[in-house]
This record gives sequence, structure tokens and C-alpha cells, in this order.
Amino acid sequence: MSRISYREALREGLREALANDPRVFLMGEDVGRYGGTYAVSKGLLGEFGPERIRDTPLSELGFTGAGIGAALGGMRPIVEVMTVNFSLLALDQIVNTAALYRHMSGGQFSVPLVIRMATGAGRQVAAQHSHSFEGWYAGIPGIKVLAPATVEDARHMLAPALADPDPVLIFEHAGLYNMEGDLPDVPGVDIRSAQVRRAGKDVVIVTYGGSLPKALQAAEMLAADGIAAEVVDLRVLRPLDDATIIASVAKCRRAVIVDEGWRSVSLAAEIMARIMEQAFFELDAPLARVCSEEVPVPYAKHMEEAALPQPEKIVAAVKGLFA
Amino acid sequence: MTSVDHPAPPPPSGPVPYDKTFALTLLTDMLRIRRLEEKAAELYGAGKIRGFLHLYIGEEAVGVGALHALTPEDNIVATYREHGHALVRGMDMGVLMAEMYGKREGCARGRGGSMHLFDAKTRLFGGNAIVAGGLPLAVGLALAEKMSPKVGAQGGRRVTACFFGDGAVAEGAFHESMNLAALWKLPVLFCCENNLYAMGTALERYESQTDLCQKAASYAMPAVAADGMDIVAVHEAVKVAAARVRAGAGPVFLELRTYRFRAHSMFDAEAYRQKAEVEEWKTRGPIHTFTARLKAEGKLTEEEFLALDAAVAAEVAAAVAYAEAGTWEPVADLLRDVHTPEGAA
Repeated sequence: MSRISYREALREGLREALANDPRVFLMGEDVGRYGGTYAVSKGLLGEFGPERIRDTPLSELGFTGAGIGAALGGMRPIVEVMTVNFSLLALDQIVNTAALYRHMSGGQFSVPLVIRMATGAGRQVAAQHSHSFEGWYAGIPGIKVLAPATVEDARHMLAPALADPDPVLIFEHAGLYNMEGDLPDVPGVDIRSAQVRRAGKDVVIVTYGGSLPKALQAAEMLAADGIAAEVVDLRVLRPLDDATIIASVAKCRRAVIVDEGWRSVSLAAEIMARIMEQAFFELDAPLARVCSEEVPVPYAKHMEEAALPQPEKIVAAVKGLFA
Repeated sequence: MTSVDHPAPPPPSGPVPYDKTFALTLLTDMLRIRRLEEKAAELYGAGKIRGFLHLYIGEEAVGVGALHALTPEDNIVATYREHGHALVRGMDMGVLMAEMYGKREGCARGRGGSMHLFDAKTRLFGGNAIVAGGLPLAVGLALAEKMSPKVGAQGGRRVTACFFGDGAVAEGAFHESMNLAALWKLPVLFCCENNLYAMGTALERYESQTDLCQKAASYAMPAVAADGMDIVAVHEAVKVAAARVRAGAGPVFLELRTYRFRAHSMFDAEAYRQKAEVEEWKTRGPIHTFTARLKAEGKLTEEEFLALDAAVAAEVAAAVAYAEAGTWEPVADLLRDVHTPEGAA
């Protein structure tokens, strides 16, 4: 067990991958000399050199596609797209090439590519830098979508992502980089399962990524009011681990979904639909969700806070189920 | 004097600098594409082939001349107008036809169709139906080649040849890819098949700079234009360019000026170009001009040509029979090949 930040954990994961496999390289905007926009790759240039810590032009479409080609050519690229906001410029390569390639080729070619990017709001960087589109990506067959929310997942999700023969997208919530946590001495993690982060019996809060600390805080507040909330961290947004979600719903009989994406057509909506399909008769109350308000994320602090899921909103949503 | 919007180049002339065997290989491959596609158009009318079908007829000298200047180890990235590229690289015509039929015996089990021909064993990386979508991919294949410690069997780098149409030049992916390839000195051969129209929009109606070699020049990349109706011109240009790329000097841009004789796809009334223009370019048809040159040089007799054409017709007939006899993938297999099965990678 050691104390480590989410950022350092990600860096350790990268360092290990680069050291263990000569096919692995990191490519993206300012990953090298600058040290990474969020300082995740700081110091790696000196250790691994400019070929493997490869600075790119501001060409998200081009270098993401180049990552796909390099993967097909036998490498194990890690493409860093600075943020999910800019991934929209690379969307064609991610969706039309990476995700479809194996299928269109009748199984002849796989694309062992990892794409990392920061996501989320909460730092007053305004509408164009505050999106949470991981839910969109979670709707696309052919890719896997990960959302590390703990230092353990930040440290260990990269290795199985690189070992996966197909494209894997990793969403790192920008609000988590400074978060510190205890890194347990475990050999690794899976990229298949959701995890119960706090056990409870009265309600389950299902969430992921940057909303996990908020959900845990809400659970603490609810405990003071005598409500024992379970918290499920999805970890893997595609494919979803239905079994873990449904087991918690069946146990707690009430559920609130917390998702920083916009409410309409959100990942939260998909999870609610699955619960309705698979656990309707287990429920003692209607489902509820806490999502971002349907407004571009504002700059002003009080307005941004109002637009995003907050522990108080989660508590209110839970209490609404007991009214 | 001509009055058409896009005059054809002068007919190819000069000696064919190849021995008879190689010259006939080039001619045969052009004929194979032509006859395969004529049959495909007929089968489309008969409802055997559906979806989109983009014919390469008229442009055969480009693919055949270029691909015969490359090695089996080189990587090929192509577009949705890629029947010819697949065929010349070595895909069995029956397998290709079966794919267009949507049969399990096709190269992609019928999952891709005409626009998505893939062949791992001949290093054909698709079949990309997003205009300019293949260019970043080609850059990446070349990056992997450059980063790989080993040097290819030919003592040089494996070349990644990326084919795309003139329409791709207007896409951001083109510019990002050209810049990356030049910046990193990657072994990419950019082969622009300039047929003067992006679907129905003529080059001068969508490009402020219609000299496409200037685009490459702005990325400090060598660029050469060649007459894409002349298989000798194409082959020689690609030979020189590929040697430079293979030697590690960085990417080269080739503009291969050609013309599509048929409609863009099977849903095209061709309201955007003059019939006289099409007819003028047809007089420069790459197959009959090359045939005439070979005959004039005594490298081909009419009897030999007829025998060759008959052999191609037989290959097409066998391909159709293979596709007809093919089977439909069971619907129970619908979800396969979305992900790589565990243990298969």
C-alpha cells in the first residue's frame, strides 16, 4: 500500500508499459517536451526518447488515424487526445475506422490501439472544454470504453487495455488528476467488471469516473440520515457489467444513476433501461438519475456547479425515492 | 480544337520499354479489371450485387501500372473504388466476386461488399469508403515501419502506397496526413488518382488551387504528375517514386491524371459533365491505346490478344460461378468479428 496521486498512477502505468514492450509508444499533443497538458507524461521523454514519447501537430484526426495504422503495422500505440472535446475532431477515425475495421475486414485485421483522453467539467474552463462524451463512445460496437475513477484503476487499467487486441478508449476525468489515494499492492485489475466501492442495503448509486467521489460523499451524508447507500463504480462503460448492477439493484431495491453527461440520451438512460428490462420486479421505487443540466457548461463558478451533478443533488434524488 | 471542359491529354506515344512477358502482364491485368467490372455492372442490373458499386473503368492504367511497381511486402491502402487494386494485388477474382455478392466465401465473408475489400495476405488494408479516411491509416502503417528495427527483405523500407481520389485533397485528413508524413519522413507513397471529379463536382469547382502537386510542395514533399491514361508513364513514375521512398528519403506525392468512363456509382445520371468530354477521354482509353502500341511494336498479335481476352472472360465466368455457388453466412453468426475472440490475437 502506498500513497499516490491519480496523475502519478497514470504515469506509472505508462512507464511500466513503455519499459515492458518495445512496441508501445505514446503519441499526442505536447506529451513530450511540454510534459503532457495534465503533466501525466512528465519525465517520460527523458526516459524513453522522442521516438516513443512522440509530440504531434494539432492534428487529432491525423494522429489518431496514424495510431490505427501503426497498430495495424505491429506497434502498440497509445494515442493521447488532449481532451474529449478535441476528440470530436478525430471522431471519424475512431468510429469509422478503428471501431469498424475488424468487422469490415471479415475478421482479418484487429486494431490493438489505446486512446487516452481527459474528460469532464468542474474547473471553470467553460463550454468548449467541459464535455463528457464518454457516453457517446459507449454506444459504439467495436470499441471498449474505460473510466478509471480510483488510483488503482489509473495505475493498472492500461496494461489490460494494451493487451486487448481491439481499440480501447480510456477516459480520465480532469478533476481527478490531483486526487490522492492508497494504491493497494495488487498485481493488476480487470477491464470487464463494475465494482462495489461502498456496500449498502437501502439504495444503490451507480456511477463512474469523476462522479464517483461525489457519489461516495453523498453516501456518507446519507449515512448520517440513516440511509445505507451502496455505490457501484461502473469502471467499464462498454461493455457494461449488467450482472453487478442488477445484483446491487436486487439487493437495495432502489437505484439512482449519476452521470456527468447531459441527461437526454445519456449513459444514465441506458443503465436505467437495462434495470427496467432486467430488474423491474425487484424495484420498490421508480429509478432516478442525476445528470448534467441541459445547458452548455457555464464559466462562472456558481453556475457551473449548478449545471453538474453534486453530492447534494444525489442526496436529494435518493431521498426522493423514500418520500 | 476541342470545346470540352477538361480536354484529354495527347495519346500515349513512344516505345513500350518492357519485354513482351511484362507488357502482356500489364495488359492482362487491365483487361481483368475491365471485364470483371463490366460483369459486375451487369450483375448489379440483375440484382445480384447491391449497395454501392463504384467502377474503375477508364482508370485501369493507374492501379495496374502503380501496383506492378511495388513489391508483395509493401502495404496498400485503397478507397471504395478498389476492385482493381484488390485484383492486381492477388485477390482471387472468385473471392472478390463472392464478396460483392455478399457471400460467405468473400474476402470479408460478405460483411464489407464492394467498398470494403481487405486481404491480409497481400497486405491490402481496405477498401475505405470515407473519402481521405485511408490517408491517416497509411501514415500510421509507415510510422510502424519506420519505428520497427528491422529492414525489409529488399534491403530498404517497406513502402505504404496510399491511393485516393482528387476529392480527398479537399479533406482535412489529407492535409494532416501529408504534414505528418513529411514531418516524420515516413515511407508513404501518396497516389492521387485524379479523375477530375469529386463525385459530380469538377476539380475547378471545389479547389482554389487545381494544380494538386502544389499541395504537396507546401508540405516540402516532392511531387510528380503523370499521365494516368498511359500505363508506361504511371509505371515509370511509381518506380522512381517508390525507390526514393524505400530508400528512406521520406514521402512522395504522385498525381496520376486519369478519367472515369462510367458514372460515379450506379445511381448517377452524369448531369455534371459533357458527353463529348467523356467520348474524348474514351479515345485515350488505357487498354486500347496500350494494345495498339504493343501491336505496332510487334509484341502482340490480334490472335494473341483474342486468346488473352478469352482467358480473362473465362476467369470472370469462373468467378461468377464461384460466387453463385457460394453460401450465405448463417444469421446466428451475426455478432462475430465485432471484437477479436479471446485467444485469437
